Amino acid sequence: MTSLVELTDVSKNYGTVRALEGVSLEVRSGEITCVLGDNGAGKSTLIKIVAGLHRHDGGTLRIEGEETTLSSPREALDRGIATVYQDLAVVPLMPVWRNFFLGSEPRRGAGPFKRLDIDLMRRTTREALLRMGIDLRDVDQPIGTLSGGERQCVAIARAVHFGAKVLILDEPTAALGVKQSGVVLKYVAAARDEGLGVVLITHNPHHAYLVGDRFVLLRRGTMVGNHTRDGITLDELTQQMAGGSDLDALRHELERG
Amino acid sequence: MTATLDRAADDRLLPGSPLRKLLARPELGSVVGALAVFVFFAVAADGFLRAASLSTVLYASSTIGIMAVPVALLMIGGEFDLSAGVLVTSSALVSSMSSYQMTANTWVGVGVSLLVTLAIGAFNGFMLTRTRLPSFIITLGTFLMLTGMNLGLTKLIDDTVSTKSIADMEGFPSAHAVFASTLTVGGVGFKVTILWWLGLVALASWILMRTRAGNWIFAVGGNQDAARAVGVPVTGTKIGLYMGVALGAWISGQHLLFSFDAVQSGEGVGNELIYIIAAVIGGCLITGGYGSAVGSAVGALLFGMTSKGIVFAEWNPDWFKFFLGAMLLLATLLNAWVRKRAEADK
Repeated sequence: MTSLVELTDVSKNYGTVRALEGVSLEVRSGEITCVLGDNGAGKSTLIKIVAGLHRHDGGTLRIEGEETTLSSPREALDRGIATVYQDLAVVPLMPVWRNFFLGSEPRRGAGPFKRLDIDLMRRTTREALLRMGIDLRDVDQPIGTLSGGERQCVAIARAVHFGAKVLILDEPTAALGVKQSGVVLKYVAAARDEGLGVVLITHNPHHAYLVGDRFVLLRRGTMVGNHTRDGITLDELTQQMAGGSDLDALRHELERG
Repeated sequence: MTATLDRAADDRLLPGSPLRKLLARPELGSVVGALAVFVFFAVAADGFLRAASLSTVLYASSTIGIMAVPVALLMIGGEFDLSAGVLVTSSALVSSMSSYQMTANTWVGVGVSLLVTLAIGAFNGFMLTRTRLPSFIITLGTFLMLTGMNLGLTKLIDDTVSTKSIADMEGFPSAHAVFASTLTVGGVGFKVTILWWLGLVALASWILMRTRAGNWIFAVGGNQDAARAVGVPVTGTKIGLYMGVALGAWISGQHLLFSFDAVQSGEGVGNELIYIIAAVIGGCLITGGYGSAVGSAVGALLFGMTSKGIVFAEWNPDWFKFFLGAMLLLATLLNAWVRKRAEADK
């Protein structure tokens, strides 16, 4: 099976700053690839390359086996790569169903009477959310009244509905409580079960290990680990993520007495 | 249909929800206010309830309302237009002077005026989207330039501050009929502007609630970056909204001209605030993304009732401005409170 997205030895410089160096990543259909790293490790740069916001300077980017560079988010979208950003792209005061279809509204009628197919929009929103296991009380409520986790879920359902093959999630659980995070991870798994390839960016190894199939660890712009699930345990992942010896040094430093 | 069934079947939506839906409407505050003002003047002012008085009130409301509708749409789209007031005068001046100078049918002037006014609206929108400066600055600039041009060009061409009469020119009667006639219903005369006003409210409501453009207007006002990210043409939507204001200014301008037969070039200054206030009283959120066309109509009606009610009550009209300010504050507070209640109950 070819990978949906494959990065090999990719690097990226901002001027003289080396933001990313020799990073490899593979995204397969029905699998979740987790990208882990502390703040400033290069996670954002990595997803911006896959999302079409930045071009990579070295290495190769393959989409469904074909080597390419992405020049715009639109191009990435057209090739089936959808990104759900941390600061969610929704309009808070608009109803859920209007947000769901924003920019791709279905219409019926002809000429000056061409109008939104509101019944279809409401029904489809409900169904698409239900299919992902999201049971919303009322698709007419402003999306701003939903919790952060629910909004993430709507954004994920939206990407799935509009035919994304690869879903990139930027820190979907960062601002959420324990329970909300669990809910979001459930929908991430649901997206995987729909056959999407998922890239999950996080700095929480526990969340990553719950759903992940592959783990890419970044530190200060370089890849310090690339494992499949059976190649690493949660403890090892946590240890590597925290920077192993760094953590020991910290413990020593903070020791009382 | 299916949506209603779905919702009825969902037992987590508590009964009493229709009331909450009503409370969540953007117009609610203005409707309550309008009823209060109506009752107040019905009691305080003799003759306020006579059909002829109500016709006067509706006429006053309609002249504000025709502009308040597109200004409300623009505000929902997240922008202001401070040039809206003088643009009405500009539109009337262009119409009058171009027919007079060309000695043409007045309808030629009306057509030229439409093109020029729409071009000024497009200019506002283009400058805004190009420079990304706040609309306050851009349209303040247009406001000042138009104010100067209205006076300057009129003096240059006609040597006075008002245009020459076009009453004896060809096409005047028919244009007068379209823009400024009085229709008699049951012995009471109603100005045709009331029909223009109602038509615009209906059209704007249709656009807002039922079309893709309406979805885009809410989106560019509510979260411009999110809208752009999902492929909404932000630039086009904003330019379109400014051209909508220009269309309203054209209708108002032609009414101004054909009600009489000449235009005073200094008119219109200050009206832009009245349109904005009507929209805000009608429930438009000043930061964009929320509001309705019907609300702006109720806001305009509040204006009409207050300005004429004070006259019928034989009070000093100086108090009008005081009433206006108090109403604006009250309506805004009520709107904020109602919306908070409605959203907290979810």
